[in-house]
Amino acid sequence: MTTSASVIDPAEDFPMADRTALLAALARLVPPTALLTTEDELRPYECDALMAYRRLPLAVVLAEDEAQVVAVLRLCHRLGVPVVARGAGTGLSAGALPHAHGIVLSLARMQRMLHLDPLSRLAVIEPGMRNLAISEAAAAHGLYYAPDPSSQIACSIGGNVAENSGGVHCLKYGLTVHNVLALRVVLMDGEIIELGGMAPDAPGSELLALMIGSEGLLGVVTRVTVRLLPKPRTARVILAGFADIARAGEAVAAVIAAGLIPAGLELMDQAATRAVEPFVGAGYDLEAAAILLAEADGTAEEVEEEIAAMRAILERHGATSLRVSTSEAERLKFWAGRKAAFPAAGRISPDYYCMDGTIPRRHLGRMLNAIAAMEKKYGLGCLNVFHAGDGNLHPLILYDANVPGELERTEAFGAEILRRSIELGGTITGEHGVGFEKLGSMCEQFSSDELQIFHAIKRAFDPAGLLNPGKAVPTLHRCAELGRMHVHRGQLPHPELERF
Amino acid sequence: METRLEAFREKIGERRPLCIRGGGSKDFHGGPQQGEVLDTTGYAGIIDYTPSELVLTARCGTPLAEINSALAARRQMLAFEPPAFSEAATIGGVVAAGLAGPRRGTAGGVRDHLLGVRLMDGEGRVLNFGGQVMKNVAGFDVSRLMAGSLGTLGLMLEVSLKVLPMPRCEATLRFELPQARAIEAVNHWAGEPLPISASCWRDGVLHLRLSGAEAAVAAACAKLGGEKTGADEAANFWADLGAQRMAFFAGDAPLWRVSVPSATPVLDLPGPTLIEWGGALRWLRCEADRALIESRSGAAAAVALFRGGDRQVGVFPRPAPAVQTIFRRLKTVFDPHGLFNRGRLFPDF
Ligand SMILES: Cc1cc2nc3c(=O)[nH]c(=O)nc-3n(C[C@H](O)[C@H](O)[C@H](O)COP(=O)(O)OP(=O)(O)OC[C@H]3O[C@@H](n4cnc5c(N)ncnc54)[C@H](O)[C@@H]3O)c2cc1C
Repeated sequence: MTTSASVIDPAEDFPMADRTALLAALARLVPPTALLTTEDELRPYECDALMAYRRLPLAVVLAEDEAQVVAVLRLCHRLGVPVVARGAGTGLSAGALPHAHGIVLSLARMQRMLHLDPLSRLAVIEPGMRNLAISEAAAAHGLYYAPDPSSQIACSIGGNVAENSGGVHCLKYGLTVHNVLALRVVLMDGEIIELGGMAPDAPGSELLALMIGSEGLLGVVTRVTVRLLPKPRTARVILAGFADIARAGEAVAAVIAAGLIPAGLELMDQAATRAVEPFVGAGYDLEAAAILLAEADGTAEEVEEEIAAMRAILERHGATSLRVSTSEAERLKFWAGRKAAFPAAGRISPDYYCMDGTIPRRHLGRMLNAIAAMEKKYGLGCLNVFHAGDGNLHPLILYDANVPGELERTEAFGAEILRRSIELGGTITGEHGVGFEKLGSMCEQFSSDELQIFHAIKRAFDPAGLLNPGKAVPTLHRCAELGRMHVHRGQLPHPELERF
Repeated sequence: METRLEAFREKIGERRPLCIRGGGSKDFHGGPQQGEVLDTTGYAGIIDYTPSELVLTARCGTPLAEINSALAARRQMLAFEPPAFSEAATIGGVVAAGLAGPRRGTAGGVRDHLLGVRLMDGEGRVLNFGGQVMKNVAGFDVSRLMAGSLGTLGLMLEVSLKVLPMPRCEATLRFELPQARAIEAVNHWAGEPLPISASCWRDGVLHLRLSGAEAAVAAACAKLGGEKTGADEAANFWADLGAQRMAFFAGDAPLWRVSVPSATPVLDLPGPTLIEWGGALRWLRCEADRALIESRSGAAAAVALFRGGDRQVGVFPRPAPAVQTIFRRLKTVFDPHGLFNRGRLFPDF
């Protein structure tokens, strides 16, 4: 989709291997059912959930166990063939986009839970296991796995690790990085490393955070040890409307400043509520400029106390309507609208493009005004949904790929939102990753020294550079080509912005 | 501050081994110091703190005490309860040492709360990683790599940390329980939705701290039983535990810090034991050698010599060879001339 990103950098290119020889060698390593080679078979793997970018790989291997992962990586390492790991393919930044001269290594068939220890509250699982399936398996013990991306019925834990995925409850319970205790990883040359363990300070745990969120560039994760938490007894959510989006932002700040950490805190603007309401009938206040969902969970007593405290604050900060869920069914109904935001965008517009910047929460009003101005500038509509608790924005830009020029305008619109995120002291991606999509914006967030450090880290794990090449970190050459300038953060590019 | 930055750069430019030092409160921690001292205490001050953002950014030399009091004034805290060991402790040292206090078992450690760093590398370049927002996946997570690196990867100039509200209510309960029963009990309770924020077993007594909403703490107290400790006594108890001012920590016997899977049974080793983090941290006062402690602690344990004993031979458990190779390559990435804190993490690193 991004015309700029379609530049293939020579440093990210690899000579085409002899395909016939490669396929024959792979066929000796894995059973026929684990090897896809025809165009029809390869088609479903040409993209992830950011479908605007597509490429066919030379082959897809559906690994069944770690030994096959090791064997395939060794072979590709020897032959100089790029490898792109893939989980469920729900990524939103084209991280699992195939390399035209490489293979896709799917982990989706490796989905066993190897060990569940209810007393120590941890589980050891294979990378292809679906996020939600972990919680389902732990439910019998009153436990669950906390990070809950909206894609949790489909996405894999390996993909979650690669992206450091979050969810609506991550303000209180943390991201993937806070809930993973150990990883087993196969490096590109076939070597296996173990990072962290069931003990809090196990050797190698220093490298855990580096591996988490590394977008499949450093190694292939074959085993994940996660922390399980006791399931909260109950939860209730407040649905509040505001006449002004900035006031909703202030109410969020007031809730946090009062010492409350809600289990979930989500904001939607009017364009978003009006898009989802006909779709799911969540009961949103469509006159409100913005609605806020604020959830409390825990024991019944705890929930009552927090709901009462949040309610008082929201009312004091100008909520024009306010309802508290009175049953589990109603709680799910209030959430249904928020969870339907992406599909609703897809329903009211032929195409949509989801952005993922994070900003310090105090700049919310400023950011939303800027986005409103961009809607006019680019002649495109935008729905705003927002993980308000942690400042992670998901503007959904509406466009039609069949209208000449709209794609390019959408892309420029998105890039401008990200640039603004950096200027406001934030980041270009809160949870979806850089992938192939945001390479250009990386040039703006990081200096060339910093980018060079990233490349050197990559080489420390994968000296041959064969794992997911051309993703996550742009080459300096690409940045120069794009003419994208580093927006210097530490130096306060906008001294006029208030700091407190 | 610019001139101090310049001074750091000049020192690094001399390419002689350096020992990065804040308040020196953790000189005893890790391998013995080598090289010329690079004092960070002058590079101090809180740069940005907006309570409603739950983030604080400070220069590395800022005293931990100053940060704690700035936070306390807004009823917030560093949830990993870093031990200070002395008034001189700086925030740079806190992050580099990667040590967390009683709340570690439930709230996470230093790494979990680190959001960003500004770093001067071995070439004197100033680099920014991470940032001041809670969700940020742009680029590899270099900032969290710095937690616990003991200054071997560069000079941290600034750090941004996630902060949390202080609990609205707290209570400490006391249970007379032998060690094995205490380990079982804390693990069992941790699997229930109870607001447990810390635990400590010593000498047949289990202390349990509950933190959270008033109603939740009250309900948990009613459910768990035990004997309630007075508020002041409890506050002192947990502060003394964190700072290791208790009698258990006094004296010269080597102090071992053994982290284990939380439900690991009683370790068959001589000498007194103190248990924290819901069973996951076992402190031992023990003259036995490392090999014996390691063999009795189980394959999943991490055995570190915390204080005393022979530090020359290395205090931290060694990662597997393949992981060491990566460590070494990463060291070269950030510190190509091998200047920073030689021997502090591993004798030959
Ligand atoms: C409707 C929808 C809602 C979403 N909501 C959220 C949300 O709330 N929060 C959020 O954070 N994300 C969300 N996402 C994005 C996406 O679901 C996550 O990024 C998810 O973690 C991707 O997992 P996956 O298994 O699909 O990975 P894939 O898309 O298959 O791969 C993603 C990346 O991980 C790498 N990878 C996969 N498996 C491995 C492995 N075993 N070892 C090494 N690298 C690997 C790939 O190479 C690729 O770079 C959403 C996506 C959709 C479509």
